[in-house]
Amino acid sequence: MAERGARLLVTDDNKVNRLLLTRSLELQGHRVASAENGRIALEMLRAETFDLMLLDMEMPELDGFGVLEQMMGDTKLKDLPVIVTSSLERVAHVVRCLDLGADDYLRKPVNPALLKARINSILEKKRLRYQQKEMIRRFATSEVAEDLQQSGFALGGRRVHCTVMFSDIRGFTSLVESQPPEETIELLNTYYTLMFEAISGQGGVVNQMIGDGLMAIFGAPLPVAEPPLAAVRAALDMVEMIELFNLERVAADKQPIRIGIGIASGEVVAGYTGTQTRATYTCIGDTVNLAARLEAHTKEAGRGILVDADTQAALAGRVPTEPMGEVKFKGKGAAVPVFAVKLKE
Amino acid sequence: MSDPIINPSTFAELQEAAGAEFVTELVGTFLEETPVMLAELRSAQAAGNADAFRRAAHSLKSNSHTFGATRLGELARDLELGGLITERAPLDALDAEYQRAAVALKELCRG
Repeated sequence: MAERGARLLVTDDNKVNRLLLTRSLELQGHRVASAENGRIALEMLRAETFDLMLLDMEMPELDGFGVLEQMMGDTKLKDLPVIVTSSLERVAHVVRCLDLGADDYLRKPVNPALLKARINSILEKKRLRYQQKEMIRRFATSEVAEDLQQSGFALGGRRVHCTVMFSDIRGFTSLVESQPPEETIELLNTYYTLMFEAISGQGGVVNQMIGDGLMAIFGAPLPVAEPPLAAVRAALDMVEMIELFNLERVAADKQPIRIGIGIASGEVVAGYTGTQTRATYTCIGDTVNLAARLEAHTKEAGRGILVDADTQAALAGRVPTEPMGEVKFKGKGAAVPVFAVKLKE
Repeated sequence: MSDPIINPSTFAELQEAAGAEFVTELVGTFLEETPVMLAELRSAQAAGNADAFRRAAHSLKSNSHTFGATRLGELARDLELGGLITERAPLDALDAEYQRAAVALKELCRG
């Protein structure tokens, strides 16, 4: 169910069109403002917040192409969804609208049912993106809030024992290049949802996300009974979830994805970095670097999950592993033993 | 009546979607705006302003199709795509078709 009562802007120089579109949208439960040319529309977009704009192309003063061009160069406006409503005669013009960032094109006279469907679909996508962001924000703050209640807030680090995990999607760059950006966003949203669930299910905290990669900490700021075991179990859950997700992808004729996970345990310096009003919990140290190197090494090793010796020892045989020999990582003095976690059959 | 001045099903759909009362108001706006557009076509023609000519024809086309005034819309479309012309006859024909459409629309609103 798409949200109702969204705030929309109708931009059209033609009064009949403007009134009719406004009416149709109000009947669909939205709050609608209107602008009679591109210049006024941009002023309104910069002054107020809108969820979506319907944009005519043929207009005096500043036409629809001009509006789209200016929006593209404006960080505040470039993500605002735009549906072009026009009776442009040439396909090349329609293509140009889409090239300039318009989300959709509807031919006039606009069919109200079609209009409703398109708007709902665009608002739904927007809502999902927002929800995803909120979820990440809420998740981070709830962990941080609990820690704050117990220990009080102080920027700066303390030494703690924990397990650090890095994970990313293998071959992500080529995947991004082979599919439209909307699909990548959708893929990332699903991927993060699954990974968050697996990690938080074992008491871990995701504290960094960069593109397709994420970093998670087990054992800080919240205590976890056995951080190494929790991290490895989370990793196994992650792989299992990706396998299930791949069944869906293959059924939809899409390329399956593979993830690589590196896990290391030891002492880190953990704490809040940032300012008094905006801080993130993070940790630094050799253990963090090692986990990142192990994750990078999964590709070369041809294994999904690699762990360091401390993690492997802490498992005490409760999860089967296999020694992969010693590997000398960049930035590390000596070679370190590496273990692969055996995946569930 | 093979080609009605106003396509009755388009008009009925409009009334159903937007409400009959609103459509009556909208027809009022159309009847106010169209003479302005027709005058713009004439003055653009006199001034040799191809862009203004095309824009006025484009707006008229768009509005005509909204109400199901198919014939009027087609005449306007011919002008939009044909570019600036010097002959007066096509504009006279457009005026005449608009008069017919205006009468028919008023009828439909009363009906």
